[in-house]
Amino acid sequence: MKTMCRPLLGATMALGLSTALPSLAQADELTLCWAAWDPANALVELSKDFTAQTGTQMKFEFVPWPNFADRILNELNSGGKLCDLLIGDSQWIGGSAENGYYVKLNDFFDKEGIKMSDFAEAAVNAYSTWPKGTPNYWALPAMGDANAWFYRKDWFSKPEIQAEFKAATGRDLAAPTTWDELLETAKFFNGKEIDGKKVYGAAIFTERASEGITMGATQALYPYGFKYENTPGKYDMDGAVNSEGAIKGLEAYKELYKCCTPPGYTDAYMGETLDAFKSGQAAMAMNWFAFFPGLAKDENVGGDKIGFFVNPKEATAASTLGGQGISVVANTDNMDGALAYIKWFAQPDVQKKWWQLGGYAVHNDVLNDPSFKDSQPFAADFLVAMNQVQDFWQEPAYAILLQSAQKRFHDYVVADQGTAKEALDGLVKDWTEIFEDEGKL
Amino acid sequence: MSNATSAHSVVEPSATTKRIAGIIVVVYAIVTMVPLAWIFMTSFKSPPDSISYPPKLVFTPTLEGYCNLFTTRTRQTAEYIESLGPPQSTCDEITRSRNMVIAGPSNYWPRFTNSMVIAFGSTFLAVFLGTLAAYGFSRFRVPLADDLLFFILSTRMMPPIAVAIPIYLMYRELGLSDTALGMILLYTAVNVSLAVWLLKGFMDEIPREYEEAAMIDGYTRLQAFRKVVLPQATTGIAATAIFCLIFAWNEYAFAVLLTSGSAQTAPPFIPTIIGEGGMDWPAVAAGTTIFLVPILVFTILLRKQLLRGITFGAVRK
Amino acid sequence: MINSDTTILEKEPERAAASTPVSLARRIGGLSDRAIAWLFITPTIALLLAINIFPLIWAIRLSFTNYRANRPNAVLENVGLQNYQRVLTDSDIWIAMQTTAHFVFWTILLQTLIGFSLAYLIDRKFRGHAFWTTVILIPMMLSPAVVGNFWRFLYQPQIGLFNYIVSYITGVPPSSFEMLGSVSLAPWSIIIVDTWMWTPYVMLICLAGLRSIPDYIYEAAEVDRASAWRQFWSITIPMALPFIMLAVLFRGIENFKMFDMVMLLTGGGPGSTTEVASITLKREAFESWRTGRASAFAIILFVAVFGLANIYVKALNRVKQR
Repeated sequence: MKTMCRPLLGATMALGLSTALPSLAQADELTLCWAAWDPANALVELSKDFTAQTGTQMKFEFVPWPNFADRILNELNSGGKLCDLLIGDSQWIGGSAENGYYVKLNDFFDKEGIKMSDFAEAAVNAYSTWPKGTPNYWALPAMGDANAWFYRKDWFSKPEIQAEFKAATGRDLAAPTTWDELLETAKFFNGKEIDGKKVYGAAIFTERASEGITMGATQALYPYGFKYENTPGKYDMDGAVNSEGAIKGLEAYKELYKCCTPPGYTDAYMGETLDAFKSGQAAMAMNWFAFFPGLAKDENVGGDKIGFFVNPKEATAASTLGGQGISVVANTDNMDGALAYIKWFAQPDVQKKWWQLGGYAVHNDVLNDPSFKDSQPFAADFLVAMNQVQDFWQEPAYAILLQSAQKRFHDYVVADQGTAKEALDGLVKDWTEIFEDEGKL
Repeated sequence: MSNATSAHSVVEPSATTKRIAGIIVVVYAIVTMVPLAWIFMTSFKSPPDSISYPPKLVFTPTLEGYCNLFTTRTRQTAEYIESLGPPQSTCDEITRSRNMVIAGPSNYWPRFTNSMVIAFGSTFLAVFLGTLAAYGFSRFRVPLADDLLFFILSTRMMPPIAVAIPIYLMYRELGLSDTALGMILLYTAVNVSLAVWLLKGFMDEIPREYEEAAMIDGYTRLQAFRKVVLPQATTGIAATAIFCLIFAWNEYAFAVLLTSGSAQTAPPFIPTIIGEGGMDWPAVAAGTTIFLVPILVFTILLRKQLLRGITFGAVRK
Repeated sequence: MINSDTTILEKEPERAAASTPVSLARRIGGLSDRAIAWLFITPTIALLLAINIFPLIWAIRLSFTNYRANRPNAVLENVGLQNYQRVLTDSDIWIAMQTTAHFVFWTILLQTLIGFSLAYLIDRKFRGHAFWTTVILIPMMLSPAVVGNFWRFLYQPQIGLFNYIVSYITGVPPSSFEMLGSVSLAPWSIIIVDTWMWTPYVMLICLAGLRSIPDYIYEAAEVDRASAWRQFWSITIPMALPFIMLAVLFRGIENFKMFDMVMLLTGGGPGSTTEVASITLKREAFESWRTGRASAFAIILFVAVFGLANIYVKALNRVKQR
């Protein structure tokens, strides 16, 4: 019995293998890694066209934002093969380029006739190039994004509230255009009872662990005149990072946090500010453009109830940059498939559909289309914002630089330690030390 | 009443003392159960109910949390949803009532399976190796035995993050990053120290005469170990296994640093469950509940061995 | 299984002999005790060498270099003791060590007090004490990460159960305080969860201690008419002390290493008020990727916990011998 069983078993196994093997080899499959958020769902939808055209199955690995950087950078560092394609954060470009984690796309772009001049210049600079501003491309701009604001239009248009605001401030109630107005409006709404509920001024980013408070605080710092360097490329930060304007900017952010955020929003990032707004606690909130299509359609606070505004200016006009480019992970087993996806994604028609589905295409054909501005209530603001964006360091050491910023900002704004000047002086000290270690100073 | 004390031993507490002690302990036990009861309740709430203010004690139970835990969903227009035909399941129905459709299964089940494989695999290995080593240390003269035992135990004192740095580099070189095998080896190494230490105590308690008698009857040393010592050590082995299992099942630090995808276990996964926008607390609660069930069952079934293991460990030191 | 051993002894030799293939039996029979000893111990030692000791040596080596795990192409340089010097002079790291010490101190104090009291009460052996002991044990079986994550929800100011219960008892409005977000309360939010989770553990060890005190000592004290109060202080406490100290040792080591619960509750925030040593180390090693410096920090931590534990064990032995 036993002796008979064995060859039989062997035969069936061989049969199983011979049928399994070709299907394995043919299983044309790509895994795309990104953050888990609204636009990712839109990309799933969009990618169905790619599968229909090429037969390549798309798999997605979406990581929640608070873990996104940790987990994906860990994956890249450990040489994992999880992702073939990666929509990685703009700050990762430097490190990923220098360590060879991303494939350099110049030759491929030339061969396929993909021209970077077809994409918005600010986006190409931010999402694709390393060293910054040079024609060395490590990604295709995939998703334009910036930090912006939205407010309860229905509350802003109540006559009794408008009258009260006029009496209190002497001007008409409208979406703020400067940080002073923003603070004034937030203070006005804070603690007010609207529709029988106590409401608060504004929900803002205060998250400690990843990048939240830095992305929020810079939204105030940039307009007040914060700069990373006195001379670009020289890493001379003293007097730029801790300039008079920067100090005022950080103080303004803390003032907004102290006066007007809902209780419990001490560690809040994207999800929490959305929650605060959707649950009717906040009159205004900051968040990335990426969430705006979803907000505009929200059952409770969308439609006529919501308005959007670009980050208010102060000394200058500026917005904190978000957004990502799509890169091919050098470690992929399916290089051809991954490049084919990029080629497909760069087509103007696909880019147009991307915008329709809720992704932020930055292809000029999309942005320059005369109908673009009116296609969504926030489309015009998006164009304004993308022309005034500033980004955090994109250096290979960005993670360490970001950590110092997270600590200094959170210590000052949330944990109430020291002054704004001390926080920014400390930041100059930390950053100088980091760049010395890097051999750049 | 006071007459009754004469029947008792002098150290037997009075009935009043007992009653008061009982009441305090029961109150404490109930208070410590409140968070767990809340997790269980939240898992059956709808997302709006879960974040209502003040917290709701009475609510209409729904399976939405469990549905959201096991599926991924995308928002769709009402027209599209209407065009789909009748819902396939309860979950389908619940999802559609939120203007969404089920896009596919979530990662919860694969992560839970990883937890099972890694926790049980490493427990088995640790107990197996630990039993052998404990027998070796208990019955034979091993050179430097005390030093070796102390060395084995001291490996448990290191902070996991400190251990994880070189392990991370080593696994990267060996291709063990994010593999179940890598995690099983690591958990086995961490657990085997405890296993040896606990089991040596249990082995020491088994009289040598048993084996010696068996060996006189013609058993070899190995047969005596298998047929005489092992059955005697069952309680000890069971107690050790529970401890190893609890550690491996609950471990977070190594898992979050060394696994990022295919071998990720449930503990690093559960905190990353999010809904549209903010946290989906009912889904988190559902994931937590399901994750806690196996260990609760074990605790209740094997509580005697567990108590023995803990107190025994203490006595031994 | 256990009570059948007499029959095993009688019947097993034949069966064992029959079921063991001859060649195998001969081979194993030929093994000396010494060979078996090594055969049994070697796999464990080998595993520990491979997964614990070899990496530790590697970490020591790295701690003298500028190595970064995310810069595969960078030049590796020896930097001597620079990493150690920078770790030891870094004020943030000293603050993290203080935070850790604060956390260890309060959790141990609370857990010992509550744990011992509970053990004492359970040792009154009221009806149903075995059942309630099992119930009390449940929190310590659970995953600190998974449960800690859920406590984050319980601590939410408006919607969380914790604030609501506190408000119900004290009358303070639930949204007026933030357990996780305020500098003064955040450390306590962690201490509360840790105490909730680990008091049962201390309780169990104390219970073992109390049960190890022989009845005759109390009976003798009763004969001497010592008051209950006096018996407690001159018999119960001294006799149970080695066990209490042991519980303190175990909890001390565990909480010195504390990572998961803090990470999930506060992530070290607000600011850096709850950033314990493990979190600083994690940021240094796996976010900044300054592997060399992180290794130096890891080794300093290891030496610290090892040294403290050794001193403590010596003290414990002295108490035991008394």
